[in-house]
Amino acid sequence: MTGFAWIDDPLLRVDRVTMRFGGLTAVNDVSFSVGRGDITALIGPNGAGKTTLFNCLTGFYKPTVGRIAFSPKGGLDDDRIDELTATARRNSNDGGEDLYLLERMADFEIAKKARIARTFQNIRLFSGMSALENLIVAQHIALTPASGYGVFGLIGLPSYRRAESEAVERAKKWLERIGLRRRADDPAGALPYGDQRRLEIARAMCANPALLCLDEPAAGLNANESHGLATLLREIRGESGVSILLIEHDMAVVMAISDHVVVLDYGQKIADGSPLEVRENPAVIAAYLGVEDEELGPAEAELTAETKP
Amino acid sequence: MLSAAASPFSRALKESALATLIVAGLAFPIIAFRADPDFNNLLELSARWPLFLAFCALGFGLRFLLSLWESRPKAALALAQATTGKQRKWLAPAALAALVAYPLLILALLGPQAALKWVDTFGVQILLYVLLGWGLNITVGLAGLLDLGYVAFYAVGAYGYALLAPLTGLSFWALLPVCGLLAAFWGFCIGFPVLRLRGDYLAIVTLAFGEMLRIVAVNWDAVTKGEAGLYGFPGLTFFGLPFIPGPRGFAAHFGVAFAGVHKLIFLYYLVLAIALLANFVSIRLRRLPLGRAWEALREDEIACRALGLDTAKIKLTAFALGAFFAGVAGCLFALRQGFVSPSSFTFTESATILAIVVLGGGGSQFGVAMAAALIVGSSELLRELTFLKAIFGENFDPTQYRMLLVGIAMVAMMNFRPRGLVSMRQPTITLGPEPEARS
Amino acid sequence: MEIFLQQLINGVTLGSIYGLIAIGYTMVFGIIGMVNFAHGDVFMLSAFIALLLLLLLTQGFGVAEGPAFVVVLFASMALTALWNFVIERVAYRRLRGSFRLAPLISAIGMSTFLANFVTVTQGPNNKSIPPFLDKVIAITSGGAYDVTLSYKQILIVAVTAALLAAFWYVVQKTPLGRAQRACEQDAKMAALLGVDVDRTIALTFVIGAALAAVAGSLFLLHYGVVKSSDGFVPGVKAFTAAVLGGIGSLPGAVLGGMAIGLIETMWGQYFSSDYKDVAAFSILAVTLIFMPSGLLGRPDVEKV
Repeated sequence: MTGFAWIDDPLLRVDRVTMRFGGLTAVNDVSFSVGRGDITALIGPNGAGKTTLFNCLTGFYKPTVGRIAFSPKGGLDDDRIDELTATARRNSNDGGEDLYLLERMADFEIAKKARIARTFQNIRLFSGMSALENLIVAQHIALTPASGYGVFGLIGLPSYRRAESEAVERAKKWLERIGLRRRADDPAGALPYGDQRRLEIARAMCANPALLCLDEPAAGLNANESHGLATLLREIRGESGVSILLIEHDMAVVMAISDHVVVLDYGQKIADGSPLEVRENPAVIAAYLGVEDEELGPAEAELTAETKP
Repeated sequence: MLSAAASPFSRALKESALATLIVAGLAFPIIAFRADPDFNNLLELSARWPLFLAFCALGFGLRFLLSLWESRPKAALALAQATTGKQRKWLAPAALAALVAYPLLILALLGPQAALKWVDTFGVQILLYVLLGWGLNITVGLAGLLDLGYVAFYAVGAYGYALLAPLTGLSFWALLPVCGLLAAFWGFCIGFPVLRLRGDYLAIVTLAFGEMLRIVAVNWDAVTKGEAGLYGFPGLTFFGLPFIPGPRGFAAHFGVAFAGVHKLIFLYYLVLAIALLANFVSIRLRRLPLGRAWEALREDEIACRALGLDTAKIKLTAFALGAFFAGVAGCLFALRQGFVSPSSFTFTESATILAIVVLGGGGSQFGVAMAAALIVGSSELLRELTFLKAIFGENFDPTQYRMLLVGIAMVAMMNFRPRGLVSMRQPTITLGPEPEARS
Repeated sequence: MEIFLQQLINGVTLGSIYGLIAIGYTMVFGIIGMVNFAHGDVFMLSAFIALLLLLLLTQGFGVAEGPAFVVVLFASMALTALWNFVIERVAYRRLRGSFRLAPLISAIGMSTFLANFVTVTQGPNNKSIPPFLDKVIAITSGGAYDVTLSYKQILIVAVTAALLAAFWYVVQKTPLGRAQRACEQDAKMAALLGVDVDRTIALTFVIGAALAAVAGSLFLLHYGVVKSSDGFVPGVKAFTAAVLGGIGSLPGAVLGGMAIGLIETMWGQYFSSDYKDVAAFSILAVTLIFMPSGLLGRPDVEKV
């Protein structure tokens, strides 16, 4: 027992993943684990390969080389991963928990079966649909069987109506949670930027994920909103126990909420550990903020500024 | 203040002069002259300078007004933003009642002979386009898949009926769903490879498939009889009673005088019922996970995949369901027309149906129906106005002007209300205003 | 063998015309990522402009056909360019950054408008001019079938080659070409660096139209007949050529044009002329489905 969930109880293991685009190596031989129930931050300077790695995890890109193992209930076991890797299958559920090899799955299958939900750097809401509808579409996977794949719903069976009203309740709970109950029926695209960011997180949560991946959730938010976001993420994790993996540039947010920080630079992992360890890692300070002494001063100040209260 | 008042005017004048020059350039050979073959079949030019000058004047006038309008005081802007009327509750029942009463009213007013044209051209024909519009609306308006080969599925339905009816001896009641399923099957087969393409490629490939199907229909003489088309297949019957004069016909059975319009009235109600069914299905599906997934797909495909939606399957359902209604419409078209030939299924037809959906404001069922009535009905109405021939000459064909105007309207719609389909959209489910907090 | 050689000549001639039109598609797609559906109709319109001007010069002013054609070629380039300039301004400019299907729907509307505008103003029937420049050079003689190369064909291929050379120079060596390539890569960035994006796009449409006008004049010269529905099928075929060559690639457009021209003539000769359009349409579908980046295009990575 180390006390670190990413060592004791990992639910995601990225294993020597490399992603190349033509001659460009965007992610180079990166390995790390994400602990169950942790908030894990993936940081690094622009162009370090964070979003590319995210896209590999969520199936939008196929990694050129490497393995990504995932178990929604945590407790990844190396022997079982190796056993599954040797077969041609994508998942196994013998020996207890479900185990998935994400690099073998299509993007929508990862969301549907492995229950990994994500948000995007450039918000991707269904902007013409209302905020409420956005949250209901997110529950598509649960609602579709209840609607008899369209047939029962068409003739208006009560079983579907029940399922739908449950979905609406859930959506309402989330809208209240992010302070958008009042604007439930407005088109998502008409909401202010900060609200859209939170709505996208709520939408991902409505899909009932085991792992929530957030790509720069605080980008474009002011200090006040960022603070609110950090609180929201901590609360979400606290209540639902969902594991969170986020890419973030806002050091204040990262240091305030993460349990585990992974640092990438030029596609390679340069540090991995608790926020405290990472903050003091000289390689991180040098790579992340430049090596000039003049810049080190304020940079360190920024990194140490926000300590947990 | 004086100079400020004078300057917009002189600026408008300058801009209009430029616009006139441009219009003159555009109009120069194509409007100023017309080439027509003479008796020796040699082309001869005839000048049309008055028309040319009229165009130039029009260009000047329009640009002038536009310039003045653009430089108007900004306070006027708020006024220009007219509020859009809310959907009236009584509209749908009233429209339905009018549609049901229409053929009987026409019959009562005009008598069986004169009513023929009104029930057929303005009734059945428009309703067929409404049905086609509602079908394509599922694919284009809801799911956002631009299908330029929609007419192919219409053709599958029409040829399906014309070929299967004599072959199998089945009644149209049995063949109606068969034609729909046949078209849906084709939609499935074509959709399977093409639906993973990006939007505009998808449009072009569907166009290519539509044209290929038509060329096959033109050339595969053994089955389709080529350009001549198929005719002589069994027509419409009233639950087994044919619409023929004589003792075994519909008229004799019900003891009324035979009239050709009876068949058309029956067909009218048949098409109306099926169109309403299509309407019901679309409205209902919009409120179900499948329909919401279509709309989400139109909004952002990548976000859909991130939420676990199997976009390929969802697209395929939209594509196939749209095709299904086109197939049913094709079967009804064969019944109305009595013959089926490739010339009814050209790209222009696809473009017309697309225009109905686009101008109807996508997504909106009522708008699509109105656009169908307007686009199809207006040109037929113009054809009736014989005095226009006196003005425009004997060769005046309003359908040409129809497509000309439809083209302009599509461009204008995209310029001014590109998301007409969404901006007027009613959410499929609402929470309503927040209830007051209980004390 | 003789027949094959003859069809090779015919195919290259036809391919030149397709290639010229295809460049217009490929350039517009390259710079604003839109399928300019109306481009085929711009080509048809240019053929009509050429027809009317040719009649005006020969009948009205008694100019001999040869010199008249040279004047017509340039005049129709200028007038068609003006048309496309206005079309871009009216139908497409406001739609950049609009929802994704808007430009294509607008282009379909514009295509419908142009085809019917010409029908309304000039009538729907075939317009044929008396043949001129119809001397031929016999390449083989005495056999069962004489292979001929007409002056027209030489002219068509020569004009195409010369234009391509000039055009290549413009794109590779001039500031306009640089601006164009910059907009292709990243319009926003190009604007920040001082490239006038609107002007560059307008110029792209103007050049595309001028090339289509050359194709229109050569089409008229070659076939001697044009009608208002002639925009659609050649338009789709030229688009096929652009896609086959790799949309966005200029050499690809020419290569694709040649390929489509040859396939069409060979198919017509050896298989069935009834289905020759099916050949072109199938190539379009198959290329888009199985190799959307074409022969010379760059593969594009989906941006998430």
